[in-house]
Amino acid sequence: MTFQGWILIFVFVGILLALTKPVGAWLFALYEGRRTPLHWVLGPVENGFYTLAGIDPTEEQSWRRYAVHMLLFNFVLMIFTYAVLRLQGLLPLNGLGYAGIGADGAFNTAVSFTTNTNWQWYSGEATLSNLSQMLGLTIHNFLSAATGIALAFALFRGFARREMQSLGNFWADVTRVTLYLLLPICFVYALFLIASGVPQTLAASVDVMTLEGAKQTLALGPVASQEAIKMLGTNGGGFFNANSAHPFENPTALTNLVQMLSIFMIGFGLTWCFGKAVGNSRQGWAILAAMLVLFVAGVTVTYWQEAAGNPVLHALGTTGGNMEGKEVRFGIAASALFSVITTAASCGAVNAMHDSFTALGGMIPLFNIQLGEIVIGGVGAGIYGFLLFAILAVFVAGLMVGRTPEYVGKKIEAREVKLAVLAIAILPLCILGFTAVSAVLPAGLVSPLNAGPHGFSEILYAFSSATGNNGSAFAGLTAGTPFYNSLLGIAMWLGRFFVIVPMLAIAGSLAAKTYTPQSAGSFPTTGPLWVGLLVGIILIVGGLTFLPSLALGPIADHLAMIDGQLF
Amino acid sequence: MNKDFVTSLRPAIILTILFALLLGIVYPLVMTGIGQALFPSQANGSLVHDSQGHVVGSSVVGQAFVSDRYFQTRPSAAGKGYDGLASSGSNLGPTSKALVARVRADIDKQRDAGITGPVPIDLVTASASGLDPHLSPASALVQVKRVARARGLPETQIRDLVNRNVDHPLLGFLGEDRVNLLALNRQLDQLANRRTGGTH
Repeated sequence: MTFQGWILIFVFVGILLALTKPVGAWLFALYEGRRTPLHWVLGPVENGFYTLAGIDPTEEQSWRRYAVHMLLFNFVLMIFTYAVLRLQGLLPLNGLGYAGIGADGAFNTAVSFTTNTNWQWYSGEATLSNLSQMLGLTIHNFLSAATGIALAFALFRGFARREMQSLGNFWADVTRVTLYLLLPICFVYALFLIASGVPQTLAASVDVMTLEGAKQTLALGPVASQEAIKMLGTNGGGFFNANSAHPFENPTALTNLVQMLSIFMIGFGLTWCFGKAVGNSRQGWAILAAMLVLFVAGVTVTYWQEAAGNPVLHALGTTGGNMEGKEVRFGIAASALFSVITTAASCGAVNAMHDSFTALGGMIPLFNIQLGEIVIGGVGAGIYGFLLFAILAVFVAGLMVGRTPEYVGKKIEAREVKLAVLAIAILPLCILGFTAVSAVLPAGLVSPLNAGPHGFSEILYAFSSATGNNGSAFAGLTAGTPFYNSLLGIAMWLGRFFVIVPMLAIAGSLAAKTYTPQSAGSFPTTGPLWVGLLVGIILIVGGLTFLPSLALGPIADHLAMIDGQLF
Repeated sequence: MNKDFVTSLRPAIILTILFALLLGIVYPLVMTGIGQALFPSQANGSLVHDSQGHVVGSSVVGQAFVSDRYFQTRPSAAGKGYDGLASSGSNLGPTSKALVARVRADIDKQRDAGITGPVPIDLVTASASGLDPHLSPASALVQVKRVARARGLPETQIRDLVNRNVDHPLLGFLGEDRVNLLALNRQLDQLANRRTGGTH
């Protein structure tokens, strides 16, 4: 580890802390449906959309109605992308002449981008036309992110409202977040990327005659416009197979810093927005503090392991940290940092290949996903996932002191705790269940690239990533088989919507409750004791559930690595 | 609930179409138009041309250098090496026999070329993209002797060239010390040309 590496990490966190309040205030304006300075440009677009679609943005929806409309919208979006991918061969902007995608592959990708996962079984530059990238995928990058933020708003309203039956209007939330937050930032962001060397063209490729006289064909395309929302919306699906490691997606150390910042920016802002929504911004800062404790711990482990390098390779006469699967322009610190950010959030973009990390360096990204990506988390999904843990934490605290638990002025009762457990339980059920099945069936066992414990890690990572809607991979796994395309597609769908529906039910139940003012007997949910309790609950729930699987994968791999045993 | 399903299908379908037009067509096309107008070089791949105007590469993307006369690139898992249509890392794990065999073979190759002492790790490991345009300065410097011999040029001249081509971190902490191999190798060719030009 170097001093320079730690400066990068501290500067990164410092910039985000400075952005938290301004971004949070902007989000809060959208949460309340207030006018923003952008309304004079985009207001007519918003109103036009409502008129054409027959939407009354002021109509208040119950949690059930909010959930049904959200599900319908996502279902229609998924069908749309499925059709675009299947018909790719007949559609324009297909310079390299790619054929339509098969049924299982198109299903997997349509689910993947609808659920904000962006798991990719394919190699972008060798499978998808420019039109498929733009029309089929970029819209999901916006709308799955906007859906996540809308859902977080709905849950915030559940905590903030008193004796009400409604959580806001789904259509208005999604449209406003897309038009007034995501699109304007992406406009500026994409320009910055283009200026830094990210291509933005309708040409599919360019031929190069190298200095040594060989022909090299470089894939091009409208990369910058997709790259911007890919990061900002914590989607993570790369234009190219190598994702943010590809020099055309992430050409410099500066674009790399901005990409890392953009993964976390909205998530940081949402913690502030939550505090503001429930009338006490310290509630938001307390959540952010607990997240940062977990984040810095994760970065430390991964950076330490990657900088220490692979003893097996040192024995051959090399010197330096682990550079297999890393780019020289980023180096070890920025690669380790990126890997922890992208899995703490549900982004899943990578600037280094997690499969080639050292055993423990690669375990932290895996563990981050298994915790539910609640450390900052995906846009919207992170904070609503975290609040489910907060409900568990006040419940545990309530058991210890023998009082009815309360959180930000709402009594937490049996219904909320049951629903929170239901939502949290879907993660281990899907991840461990599907991994176990794949680790014994022949159709599952043909796909890992690496043998031994690392091969098991590849399967475990795939189902963690799919269920957690992350999308990064231990990419040695050949995932483009009907078996994995189908199972991972199902895991992504369950991991997204089987968390969301119970979460909305909690929001509906909370909104109907009266406000309970803080009293001498209330457990304070702003101080260090609360932060410690939150971190403890998250680690115990995550740790106890997943530790055995980690022992079989990365931990066994680590012991083999220091012992010099190869597979 | 049934009626709600049907009535809410309309906004779902119409918003899908409207957003598809706005986000899937208008937004990328507007960005393409502005990008092509303001930053035409970068928007088209930062292509590098030689004196005759032929495209010899991209300043941000790596290309294969295997000859002894050039500074050689890192191993690449992109297709058969530096394939611009198949970016990829090796995805070999830390305890992989295949990884160890590959690294050992690459170290042997370096030893055959006369490199002694510890081998800088980036020289014998595959990058994440398979298209890494850079090497660490250490990995470039260990090749100076071989390149100088292959070109019949003094080592000090080649070493100076490498040192002049080291890019440093932005603001002292963003990025790593690195050498862009296309830039370095082009200057190497120019150096040789000038030398030939000077003797005539």
